[in-house]
Amino acid sequence: MSAPAVTRATRASRIATVVAALGLVVLMLAPWWAGRADMRLMGEIYLYLSLACLWNLMAGYAGLVSVGQQAYVGFGGYMLFALTVFGGLHPIAAIVAAGGLAAVVSVPVATLIFRLKGAYFAIGTWVVAEVFRLSFAQVSALGGGSGSSLPVGIVRSLSSSRSGREALSYWLALGAAVLVIGTVYLFLRSRRGLALTAIRDSEAAASGLGIDIWRTKLEVYVVTSALTAVIGGLIFLQKLRISPDAAFSVNDWTAFVIFIVVIGGIGTLEGPIIGTLVFFAIRETLADFGTSYLMILGAVAIVVMLKAPKGIWGLIRDRFDLELFPLSYRVHQNGGEGGTLR
Amino acid sequence: MSALLSVSGLSKSFGAVVVADQTSFDVEQGAAIGILGPNGAGKTSLFNLITGALRPDAGQIVFGGADITNVSAAERCRMGICRSFQIPQPFGGMTVFENALVGATQGAGLSGNSAEVHAVEVLEATGLLPKANVRAGALTLLERKRLEMARALSARPKLLLLDEIAGGLTDAECGELIDTINRVHAKGTTIIWIEHVVHALLAVVQKLIVIDFGKKIAEGEPREIMGSAEVKEIYLGVDPDA
Repeated sequence: MSAPAVTRATRASRIATVVAALGLVVLMLAPWWAGRADMRLMGEIYLYLSLACLWNLMAGYAGLVSVGQQAYVGFGGYMLFALTVFGGLHPIAAIVAAGGLAAVVSVPVATLIFRLKGAYFAIGTWVVAEVFRLSFAQVSALGGGSGSSLPVGIVRSLSSSRSGREALSYWLALGAAVLVIGTVYLFLRSRRGLALTAIRDSEAAASGLGIDIWRTKLEVYVVTSALTAVIGGLIFLQKLRISPDAAFSVNDWTAFVIFIVVIGGIGTLEGPIIGTLVFFAIRETLADFGTSYLMILGAVAIVVMLKAPKGIWGLIRDRFDLELFPLSYRVHQNGGEGGTLR
Repeated sequence: MSALLSVSGLSKSFGAVVVADQTSFDVEQGAAIGILGPNGAGKTSLFNLITGALRPDAGQIVFGGADITNVSAAERCRMGICRSFQIPQPFGGMTVFENALVGATQGAGLSGNSAEVHAVEVLEATGLLPKANVRAGALTLLERKRLEMARALSARPKLLLLDEIAGGLTDAECGELIDTINRVHAKGTTIIWIEHVVHALLAVVQKLIVIDFGKKIAEGEPREIMGSAEVKEIYLGVDPDA
């Protein structure tokens, strides 16, 4: 009897790879085919997509349901301002450095909040984010409670022309999204990703099988926090203005992100991508209705949670046996029949 | 033969409920031991103490010559102690093969192709290979129990702890299970098995330990133990004077 073969790619994942590669080329060329407003919107979509993928890795896989990731978005934004204005760094270098600093800051934060479980953990993360907000509001050099704008000289250092800056800012956002999705994908595909997926499904069984749960969660928390700070830096490089309330907004950087992940499908890589598209479709359609748009978002979230708790992608995956990112292993036995993936 | 596992003076209580009371016993390298006791006697708690899921209030656990009383559950698995759960805890969103692969890569420390080959072997040995690509959450209860065993084996344990895996099986299935466990044992794996299906237990083990209210009340040859009046009374509910 020949040994069963183990593969990971499927036909759907191969098609998805080709489509994604072609799509990426088209998106990279956007400065030549898209208008100024469209590019701005697309840039925002990429950054939200990145935040959603990161939150999904942390909450959906590592079980760290944080409602305080705005701490790192704001931290990244403020580091961009501080390192460029006072440190004299180039904005892109400042954003990379912000990621590194966030990783350093996240370790003591993690040792503190990891002592809390479940709902207490969620509340703890929010408290930490508030501490960040209040701390940065005390720094008068960065504008205190009213915030500050990025000096013109620093903005010009990116590119002397406005269209050049807009194209660069667009590419940075696109690059960040590719970096984040790529990082999350490669992580989940690795041995550690397998361990993390096991933790997602049963912590008791995972630790009984040799997985160090605390350390795995810490790794995920540090990596997501660092990348979230990078995204935060890019967000405020687009906005050019920062204030504590905008930088540490629980609504903008956490509530919307949770909405995206939950309706898309938590604990899957495809979920946040679909969720982001749905979120922006709703937002752009209903933008004129003011506050009622938030109520509609809430209603959509409730309906999805009741009717499809695994999100839109969970529904599609169960129905059509699809997987766009080849994370699963499939065993092919002699007859080529290994049962169907359900 | 030297003792692979040595438990001495192990005690644990939750408030007034005593789940382990000065429990001591040795498990020789290569032995197969059965644990009997009424529901709530502290059998599963004993496993939780040995695997590190629970910390004892007092006592010492020595495995392979090393004191592991304060070693984490994950590290104990990597050292070679692995268990199946009485109430199956499958990684529901992962396929059966991936469940086994977790043990192969994390517990046994294998990587790449050798991990995949080992996982396939374990599934074959436990009869789960036809279900390799099925999500574990979609398995029937019996298949989940088999998966518990497969996953424990995938970590290549030196000491395998089985917690009530024969309950609810038909005679034929039970026979298959006994064969599987005997094969694992024959390869040199030491086994401790908690089971209410006594005839299955007796087909594998050479020694029985009986516990009640967290206390070890008997230890010895299976036939001798099953014949003792105290065990009949406590475990089987038979009044010896009747």
